[in-house]
Amino acid sequence: METNRYHRQILFAPIGETGQEKLIRSHVLIVGAGALGSSSAEALTRAGVGHLTLIDRDYVEESNLQRQQLFSEADMEQKMPKAIAAKRRLSEVNSHVKIDAIVGDAEINILRQIVPETDLIIDATDNFETRLLLNDIAQKYQKPWIYGAVVASYGVTFTVLPEKTPCLQCLQEYIPANGATCDSVGIIQPVVQKVVSQQVTEALKLLTGNEAALSGRLISFDLWKNEYTEIEAAALRKSDCPSCSEKRSYPNLAYDSRLKTAVLCGRNTVQLRPQRKHADLDEVAEELKKNKQIKLFQNPYLLSFEVDSFRIVLFQDGRALVHGTMDQLEAKNIYHRYLG
Amino acid sequence: MKITVNGNGLEVQEEVKHIKGLIDFLELEGKPLIIEHNQQILQKEEHEKAVLENGDKVEIVHFVGGG
Repeated sequence: METNRYHRQILFAPIGETGQEKLIRSHVLIVGAGALGSSSAEALTRAGVGHLTLIDRDYVEESNLQRQQLFSEADMEQKMPKAIAAKRRLSEVNSHVKIDAIVGDAEINILRQIVPETDLIIDATDNFETRLLLNDIAQKYQKPWIYGAVVASYGVTFTVLPEKTPCLQCLQEYIPANGATCDSVGIIQPVVQKVVSQQVTEALKLLTGNEAALSGRLISFDLWKNEYTEIEAAALRKSDCPSCSEKRSYPNLAYDSRLKTAVLCGRNTVQLRPQRKHADLDEVAEELKKNKQIKLFQNPYLLSFEVDSFRIVLFQDGRALVHGTMDQLEAKNIYHRYLG
Repeated sequence: MKITVNGNGLEVQEEVKHIKGLIDFLELEGKPLIIEHNQQILQKEEHEKAVLENGDKVEIVHFVGGG
């Protein structure tokens, strides 16, 4: 072990040499490499977690730079997938951490391969569909996961422990209806750091064998309004929960293989995920070049083109983002027109 | 009457009699909220029965999705 690198962390008594060795042997999955994911990935990389897996479906855009700390203007100009740009930066920060970057949706087949190998999942997603999927897969493989979310100057976080705390499905009645989380109310960067402080501290406790120090509480705060709230969450556990009780059936793992569409929060963008799992970007580019009206951009990970008032970004895994609409039907039509 | 909501003191008028009244006063009606009243988590149907008294502590948490 490079004792000098982690010296101050080892000096911190609850971690010590033993805790640091545990960290180095740990594998953490971070789902989402946006604001929360960038920040917790950097913190865990600096802390010396042995193996990190990052999953993200998006690429770097200008409006991300205000709060997504791993990304640079060059990443934005090259439209780098966030997972790839994050891995690049994290490897500069700590070359001893093994980092796997996955450009794609955190969908069930990918999670099934990774989650059994991990010690912990950190939620850095921006939607409840993925969170509910994470919840059930974490319950199935008995892994802890740490919910975190932010909007405006408000943040909320909770650590879900299998068999011990309520799970997200227990709290399902409190999940806002679809779309209600897409408020265009913006976000300030410090609230990201505050949620990540909670999430990463809980992660360090779990990974270093300090479970007794976990908060056990649902924590929320509004930095602008100077509000801070903690609720003892144990009473919210449901004895008949379909995801974590004895009668569990994991409703959120029910697999749907059709073309899936999702409206991305506050982005005027629809994602389409077809059944096929691969797109030959060069082949598609050749085809599109025949149409002189189309403006093309390509990097090794994605192909972006503009047509009418839309911009379409196609990834190697076959997914496409259609920018310029929130209408799922319209997005499907554009997809089929240009990508078959 | 003075109560504490999310750690901050709040002066409310007499017509705010119970938790439901407080939710309306704070213009949070219709939102899915987790509410703790004097360290007791309330079910939605209890909001109208939970009478507020001077010095009460109320914690209100809502979920958001952004990341």
